[in-house]
Amino acid sequence: MVTVLLVAAGGATGALGRYLLDRWVRQRHDSPFPWGTLLVNVLGSLLLGLLLGLASRGAVPPWAVLLAGTGLCGALTTVSTFAYDTAALVADHRPALATANVLGSATLCLAAAAVGLALTG
Amino acid sequence: MTARPGDPVRRVALPLSVAAGGALGASGRYGVQLLLPAEPSGVPWATLAVNVAGCLLMGVLMVLLLEGTATPHRLLRPFLGVGVLGGFTTFSAVATEVDALARAGQAAAAGGYLAVTLLGSLLAVHAGIAATRAVLRRRREGGW
Repeated sequence: MVTVLLVAAGGATGALGRYLLDRWVRQRHDSPFPWGTLLVNVLGSLLLGLLLGLASRGAVPPWAVLLAGTGLCGALTTVSTFAYDTAALVADHRPALATANVLGSATLCLAAAAVGLALTG
Repeated sequence: MTARPGDPVRRVALPLSVAAGGALGASGRYGVQLLLPAEPSGVPWATLAVNVAGCLLMGVLMVLLLEGTATPHRLLRPFLGVGVLGGFTTFSAVATEVDALARAGQAAAAGGYLAVTLLGSLLAVHAGIAATRAVLRRRREGGW
């Protein structure tokens, strides 16, 4: 029961962080490319990599992984908005941007997670 | 979504809706993970399931909000879309799970899991959009 509250608290913080970061990016860049979603996904992947690297060495307790990993990083990042943004780019006849979003998100998030794990693991 | 910057709804109710939705979405994802625990160094089915399901629902939601007949409450999209579905689905878990599979020497599983997540999510959001549009069209034409 306590564990779901940890995840919920982290999830609230992560979703709020995603909303605020995405809004911050939108206010500065008037671009059809979803830079805000890409930013939060890469940032969250890096943070989760760092956290799981620390956890693999026993430097972070399991409850902190639930709060900051499953909750915060999980909700800071999103696949649903990424997929909807991509579909919207396709519908808007911007197939190159849609492809760049898919390949760029996958590559950068994987790289960010690997860097995080390598730094702390 | 047309609130002015000084509007109290935009300052307080919008962020609160997102946070409340995020708490629910992340809890739901955690629940699915408890129901479908990861097999040791196997494919993370729980993450795949939440991501594909979340994308399907996102397609349904966005068509209902943007193309439905009724004007939606302006906190519905922040709560359900940004909060619940955004918090339910996750990219960071996918990235670390792909990394873990690759490190475990399961390169094929890692590549397959990533490809199925990306393709499955895109197909799911497309299916949600197309199915909801078809239902709305039929309702407008008086079929139902």
